[in-house]
Amino acid sequence: MIVAKRKPMAEIAEMVAPYKTVKVIGCRSCVAICLAGGEKEVKMLVSALRLKAKKEGRKQEFEGLVVERQCEKEWVEEVEGKILDSDLVLSMACSLGAQTIGDMYPKKIVFPALNTGIFGVPEEQGVWSEKCVGCGNCIIHTTGGICPIARCAKSMLNGPCGGSSNGKCEVNLEVDCAWYAIHERLKLQNRLDLIEQVSPPKDWSTSHSGGRRVYVRDDAKLTQHQKKGKEAVR
Amino acid sequence: MKTGSNLEKVFESGKFAVTAEIGPPQSANPEPLTHHAKMLKGYADAFNLTDNQTAVVRLSSIASAVIIMREGIEPVIQMTCRDRNRIALQSDLLGASALGIRNVLCLTGDHQIFGNEKASKSVFDFDSVSEISVFDKLRREGKQAGGQEIKDPPKVYLGCAENPFATPYEFRATRLAKKVAAGADFVQTQAIFDMDMFEKWMDEVRARGLDKKVHILAGVLPMKTAGAARYMKNKVPGMIVPNQIIDRMKNAKDSKEEGIKLCVEQIETLKAMKGVHGVHIMAVMWEEMVPRIVEEAGLLPRPSIE
Repeated sequence: MIVAKRKPMAEIAEMVAPYKTVKVIGCRSCVAICLAGGEKEVKMLVSALRLKAKKEGRKQEFEGLVVERQCEKEWVEEVEGKILDSDLVLSMACSLGAQTIGDMYPKKIVFPALNTGIFGVPEEQGVWSEKCVGCGNCIIHTTGGICPIARCAKSMLNGPCGGSSNGKCEVNLEVDCAWYAIHERLKLQNRLDLIEQVSPPKDWSTSHSGGRRVYVRDDAKLTQHQKKGKEAVR
Repeated sequence: MKTGSNLEKVFESGKFAVTAEIGPPQSANPEPLTHHAKMLKGYADAFNLTDNQTAVVRLSSIASAVIIMREGIEPVIQMTCRDRNRIALQSDLLGASALGIRNVLCLTGDHQIFGNEKASKSVFDFDSVSEISVFDKLRREGKQAGGQEIKDPPKVYLGCAENPFATPYEFRATRLAKKVAAGADFVQTQAIFDMDMFEKWMDEVRARGLDKKVHILAGVLPMKTAGAARYMKNKVPGMIVPNQIIDRMKNAKDSKEEGIKLCVEQIETLKAMKGVHGVHIMAVMWEEMVPRIVEEAGLLPRPSIE
């Protein structure tokens, strides 16, 4: 899932200070699961902002809302009236949600309340770790199911580097060295031959380095006829 | 490979090679480089110019190389993958060769978190192994990473580094084998303090016949104090410093003298070790000790090969 973290309170308060009617909109998807921007977090932020505005003598109105998936227009439309009625939308979704609202209502100002961080997994309660960076060309079948692009600080394809110490990464001794882990996993599977050959340079053109990516699935796209039908239903 | 590199000639002659390191200054002043070049001339076969080592901004490796070449000594430039993508790396290789630089050490590079520009964006388009493979193809076949053929390929002798003391230990000889397969001509090892462990690694290296395919420079690092030894043991990931060495430094009357003595003894041991073709002396911030170490280790005069 996409893991995000709420911005520091002081930064959010400063961002929203000039605006009178503020709609704080959360999301029930990834950011709710990672405890950053779901219903509970929206409520907490709204009360904190109200309190701060009152304390500092600012006349501001805050309203908290939550949509199912803020990155999808259909769900955002459900709160269209509230968005149009605001001076500011403070999105508590990941940046995808905030940008979806911004792109749908270009006259409306949308600010992010979260810092969107990683494609990660919950390791334990309150701990999420990065395991993918969306490079667009998955190779984990050759690395024991462990992604070196995301999990090695230097994204090496021929690791581990000389800084692997007791199986930990020199960049952060709390974090496992991805290549040490790859070596151990492949040893366990009796497949070490996979990393004995030289891995050639990676083609990064499938990643963000190739420019902004738009994935098109022609077979999934609606025909003109289907689009018209959908409009009619609305 | 005949590149005109003095280091290559020394290796090919079968003589025990000596290389050392000159750290470029954190300024635009070439004087420290000239000063060290004059001081060290004749005491090693080639000198490494580090490439923004530990991710600290310094005078560039290629510029430093040109400055020391004016003093008549041979450089080994270091090229890390941290700051340059494949366009810049290949471009700089062509440029270095055109400037007469004949030795290139390929490194992945220290992560920028260790340096003085922590907010920088890292590149790591290549790692050291893929860097070597691309450079080897460029010099041998005149073919770029992207496939384009070029006229007048670079003439360079390619080196790499390997650390026998980083985990997983059992993969370290394999990793050297990968670098050799990629096209490395020589390897410099991480500084050796645990000689038994290094011997074990060399056993594996010899068992795979790697010492016949790549010239091995064993890394040594003279220490000034017991504190430095402890620091390397505890704070530098991938460095192993046995307690006997720390104790020896601690109990010495004059720890600097002891550090030199220890380094000379290490070189004597390495000279006798099968498959070791030379030493790389990393006298970090202590370059002035290199002449004495080389002399006391019986490695003078350095060969002059035409």
